[in-house]
Amino acid sequence: MNLSQNWRLAEQRYRLVGEICPHCGVKIYPPRDACPDCSQPAQERFTFSGKGEIYSYTVVLDAPEGYEEQVPYLIALVKLDEGPMLTAQLTDFDREPEIGDRVEMVTRKLRTEGNAGIIVYGYKFRPLLMP
Amino acid sequence: MSSEEKRDKPGRLLKTDKPVGITGYGAYLPRYRLPASEVSRIWTGGMGGKPIREKTVPGLDEDVVTMSIEAARNALSRAQIAPTDIRAVWVGSESHPYAVKPTSTIVAEAIGAVPDVQAADWEFACKAGSEALQATIGFVGSGMASYALSIGMDTAQGRPGDALEYTAAAGGAAFIVGDGASSLAVFEATYSYVTDTPDFWRRAHEVYPSHGDRFTGEPAYFRHVMAAAQVIMSDLGAEAGDFDHVTFHQPNVKFPSRVAKMLGFSEEQYKTGLLADRVGNVYAGSSLLGLSAILDEARPGDRILVVSYGSGAGSDALVMRVTDIIAERQNLAPKTSHYIARRTEIDYATYTRYRGKLLTK
Ligand SMILES: [Zn+2]
Repeated sequence: MNLSQNWRLAEQRYRLVGEICPHCGVKIYPPRDACPDCSQPAQERFTFSGKGEIYSYTVVLDAPEGYEEQVPYLIALVKLDEGPMLTAQLTDFDREPEIGDRVEMVTRKLRTEGNAGIIVYGYKFRPLLMP
Repeated sequence: MSSEEKRDKPGRLLKTDKPVGITGYGAYLPRYRLPASEVSRIWTGGMGGKPIREKTVPGLDEDVVTMSIEAARNALSRAQIAPTDIRAVWVGSESHPYAVKPTSTIVAEAIGAVPDVQAADWEFACKAGSEALQATIGFVGSGMASYALSIGMDTAQGRPGDALEYTAAAGGAAFIVGDGASSLAVFEATYSYVTDTPDFWRRAHEVYPSHGDRFTGEPAYFRHVMAAAQVIMSDLGAEAGDFDHVTFHQPNVKFPSRVAKMLGFSEEQYKTGLLADRVGNVYAGSSLLGLSAILDEARPGDRILVVSYGSGAGSDALVMRVTDIIAERQNLAPKTSHYIARRTEIDYATYTRYRGKLLTK
């Protein structure tokens, strides 16, 4: 990913800003400017609550370049309370997660491009701080 | 009589023309804890004294940026304003992740305060956060901004085996300053006492700080904290007994307890804000985290004194009075005690990995 792509993605990556369909009300993440349900144009912004639950997960031991620092880590499919499903790292788990665990979005370091490169921040999900 | 002679001698205290206060605040502490007994086990065979019980350690994916974002979100939840109402995001720290590239721009983007906003990083050792807080008071008090956000946050590092390794910790707090009428605590005055004192420093490109052992106590911490507290109290016509809560920069438990007693405060007055035993020294976040813990428990009418200390050296003193609005805001975000209770103990080996002390290439 290059610098300008990072910059355009900052809003959705830091804050879970997606879209809502003005025709059928479906909430869309990531934003794609068209409703996946009714195919109408959908460009109205919607900020997700960040709350959801674990749909499935896996442990990553052999990480791609840039992610080695945080091994081992957990990747999950998280179903947001507003509907959409997204892939994200889990963080702050000091036990094995369970399917259906309630989680909330936090902004954390995703990866670093070496000691001299940029630090990429984005969303992860953790167990609810206040269940 | 010339106009020069008619003018009042300028007062020492900093005050605003219109009432200004804290409309929202938020704490953050990472979940990991390194007991002092672990540092002692490695470096003194378990026989050394321990200045605190345990300290906070940030996770592998945490730094001053991520921690500031969460504290700022908590402050926004309590202030109940739109992030675009914030006209300044000022982050005080001595562990900004980049040497060049502001922490504050990333925080401002993450909370949704961009692009019509001032953003800058502040530096003055452990008083960078309280200095930024004072600046927001002036910024809002002048009428230039409706709301301004300041943060004191650090992920402090101590050289392995150094006395500071027992206490150098991670955490801090964020404050949104706004109009007095919508504030949960209104400022009466602030004051800073500053001298050139070489007690503690870190040169550019050095990982660990250095300190002049003989300078850290009497001529540094105690001189500046005492002077700042004494000036603000005397110029406000206040005595120790007039305050319900007081909190100081807390590099350990001993220094703030001792300075409190020297100033005439009782344990009842300083215990709510004294967190060092369970979190360590969170540097630029230290006295501000104490203030956050006090605001979590404060009642309308309470009068609070905060005194920071930054090496190099100086102290900022702030006096505020809690309003009726406090009760409805306290539960709108996690309290400082929630973060203290969220605790995963780690050993020294895990700590060295989390703090990047292992050479892997
Ligand atoms: Zn639709």
